[in-house]
Order: sequence, then structure tokens, then C-alpha cells
Amino acid sequence: MTGYASNYTFLGIFFLMVTVFAAIPVIASRIVRPRKPSTIKQDPYECGMEKVGDAWVQFKIQYYLYALVFIVFDVEVVLIVPWAVVFKQLGFFAFAEMAIFLMILFLGLIYVWRKRDLEWY
Amino acid sequence: MLERIFIHLKELILAGAGKYLSGTWLDLLSLVINMVVVLMFAPLLMMYLTWLERKLVARIQDRWGPNRVGPWGLLQPVADGIKMILKEDITPAAADHVLHVMAPILIVIPALMMFAVIPFGRGMIAVNLNIGIFFFISISALETMAVVMAGWSSRNKYSLLGGMRSAAQIISYEVPLGLSLIPVIMYVGNLSTQSIARAQSGFHGLHWFILHPWGFLGFLLFMITGIAEINRTPFDTPEGESELVGGYHTEYSGMKFALFQMAEFLSAFAISGMAATLFLGGWNGPILPSWLWFMMKSMAIFFVLIWFRGTFPRFRIDQVMAFAWKFLLPLALLNIFVAAIDYYIHGLIGYAASWVFMLGCFFAIWAINSGGAAKPYTGPVTTPTPAAL
Repeated sequence: MTGYASNYTFLGIFFLMVTVFAAIPVIASRIVRPRKPSTIKQDPYECGMEKVGDAWVQFKIQYYLYALVFIVFDVEVVLIVPWAVVFKQLGFFAFAEMAIFLMILFLGLIYVWRKRDLEWY
Repeated sequence: MLERIFIHLKELILAGAGKYLSGTWLDLLSLVINMVVVLMFAPLLMMYLTWLERKLVARIQDRWGPNRVGPWGLLQPVADGIKMILKEDITPAAADHVLHVMAPILIVIPALMMFAVIPFGRGMIAVNLNIGIFFFISISALETMAVVMAGWSSRNKYSLLGGMRSAAQIISYEVPLGLSLIPVIMYVGNLSTQSIARAQSGFHGLHWFILHPWGFLGFLLFMITGIAEINRTPFDTPEGESELVGGYHTEYSGMKFALFQMAEFLSAFAISGMAATLFLGGWNGPILPSWLWFMMKSMAIFFVLIWFRGTFPRFRIDQVMAFAWKFLLPLALLNIFVAAIDYYIHGLIGYAASWVFMLGCFFAIWAINSGGAAKPYTGPVTTPTPAAL
């Protein structure tokens, strides 16, 4: 096997082994542990009070805004990584290009900041 | 001799098996030995990391910590394991049962997968992946899926809030985490963790990247974002017990809860090990064997994590988010320019210039951020009357 094939064979087999490894304790404890369910025990825990309303409700929009900003910057990171690997071979021109790209994104960050979308209400 | 002791052991096993197996099967056996070693080492390590954390936090808080089971409480993790597996599992009746069982299993998978690319010593890595560090950050981010799954499936308000906070926090710190590695990749020109460790072997193994200005800033950024990624104090808003009970694992008990703990400790060690590899020279060091150097460095970083837990108060969620986007992200972007100055201006002048530029960026962004935060509260003040209480 070449290095490349053996690396990814490793990851494949390792993933299966890890999944089994993580599932064993849960299955083992299912066999060993006692099981005495009651209505009170199976209520969701709200500091001992009776529960009020459902937990599955419409949620705050703020999380979605953060996710949108995140996608922009995470794609940026993914774009920079290949450039960083060959940074020394590409020379100064490629660096200047990347600097311009980073500056544009920096402007984007300043825009989001000024629009107060980074505030947590 | 000590340097290559584990490699010799593996070669002995392979030579013994070579009489019965051939070609591809021998290659497969070599892979399986690596996996088994990781799968045996990681849980054992996690058991004693919990013991170490309890002992040290107890010492900080002027207590004894576990000292009943075995000498110095050394068998405490075993006793905990037996207790956890025998404990009744209480699940809310209204919960989504399939996801509720899947979440703790799914959180352990990425925590263990991360160990595959950590270089424990010279030539001692489970798989020398050519995209090692990229694999590491992408796998470590997967833990948030399991956390959101756990929070949502419990059908408990605290759990849901904990899960959502964890998602928001991890995606915010993901960006500076990825960017803090870029200067290292620029310098090494390779994504493999073994090559990154080897690139720091100059000066009798003391040419560590933390001595460069971009490495110094990168190390600080990597540690802060790493601690936030694994939800440890002072960034443990998703499981802050004073406001959210247990956060996303409020409704978990017994072995499922133990798996969440396991994932937390394993990823804490993985982050410490990766910080040691990327910025503190990995397994490089004079005189002592390489694997001992690696363990010493990563345990030193893990000790700092415990120290943080014992001393720092928890951040508020708005402070956590603002810190990621307004302080760490601009600094991580500017760090790429620090690395470029160090590379393009040769000699001592470039080194000094990049230090000055790095410190300038740090204080400039600090000044910008503290401008708005220092304002005192001017809104209406209400004092609750006894009737309202």
C-alpha cells in the first residue's frame, strides 16, 4: 500500500473502531444498570419546579446572524490555507494579492462591527 | 535506546507476525497496532487527567481532593467508572430518545479521532496525514454537532440554551483558531504535524516557534480559542452551573454523562498537545527522549488549563462573543502580516520590526475595544420592593 492509501485506510478503520469503542460503555451500562422509571423522575429538570411550557420553541435570531458572519470568515480561512502552504514559493506578488483580499475582508468585519451586528442583545 | 523504545517494540511485534502474515496484511497489522495503542492510551490518560484535575483544583481551594480510594486517591477514577456504569439512566419522557442516546457517543468520536494526528515523539504518530493540522481543526469542530444534538434532544430549557450557546461560541472561536495556525503553515510550508514538529528542531531542539513574534501571538490566540472550543473555564458558558444548571448535559446521567466528561478531557489534552506541537517545539528538546519532552510540554499546558479553572471567573455570554469577533479575529488577521514582515525583512531588523508591529497591533486593538467597554451604566436603576420579591 502506498502512503496515501494507507493513511486513509487507517482513518476509515479507526473511525469504525472508535465508534464501537464509544458505544460499548453505553450498551454495557444498559445491561448492568437498574431501571425503575417513574413519572416524576422522567420530567425535565427545572430546579425542582413543575415545568412551564415547552423547550422546543422559536429561538433568537441573533444565533443565525452569527452563523452568517461565521460562514464568510470560515470560507476565508479555508481559502488562505492552500496559499499559506506555498507562500514561500509564490513570492511577493502572491502575498500582495492575499494582502488585498485580507483587507477587503477586514473592511467587511468593520462593516459588520459598525452595523452593530456583533452586539449580543 | 530510550528514544526509540516504543518503535522497537512495534518492530518486534511486526517481525514476529511476519512469519505468518505477508504483504498487505502486515501493513494492515501495523495500522491496527497504532490504533490499539491510541485507543488504550487515550482512556487511561483521561482517567488520570480527571484525577490530576481534582487534586490540583482541590489544592487551589485548600482541600485534600480524592484521597480515600487507593494511595493518594489513585484508584478514584476506577471507582468512578464502576459507579457510573451501575447508575440508573434517567431520561425525560418527552425527549427525542434516539438523538439523546446518539449525542454522547458522537461527541467521543471526534475527541478520539484527534489523537490520530498528534505526534507523540520522533516517528511516533498514529497516522502521518499530509493534511494533519487541517484534519485536526475540522474534526475538533465536529464536537459542536453532538453538543447541539444533546441540548436539543433533552427537551429541557437549560439544555437547549446550553447547546445553542455552545454552537454560537464554537463557531465564533473557530475562525481565530484557524487563522492562528496560518503563520505556522506559512513558515513550514506543510500541513503535516510531524513536519511542523521537525521544522522546530534547530538550536539543539530549542528553535521553538513561540520565540518568533508571530509564534508568540499565535500561541496566545491558539490557547485562548482552544480553551473556548472545548468549553472549559473561563469560557464554559454552555455548561455554566450558576446559570444553566448543567447546560447541555443537564438531563444526562450515568455512563452517558461519563462520555461527555471523557470527550471534554480528551479534547483538552488534544488541544494542549497540539499547542505544544505547533508553538513549543513538539517533541524537540535536548538530552531527554522525544516522547518524554512531548508529554512534559503538553502536561505543562494542561496544568495551565487546570490553573485557569481554579482561578478565573466565568465570562458572560456577550463578553465571550465580543472577545472573539472584536479582539481575537482582527489580531489573528494581523498576525499573518507579522509573519510576512518576519519573512520578507531579513536578519535582526526584520525580527525586531515584526515584534514591534505585533505589539503595536495588540495594543491598538486593545485600545479600540476598551473605548466602548469602559462606559459606566447610565440606564434606569430599579430597586425591587419586598412585595415584588
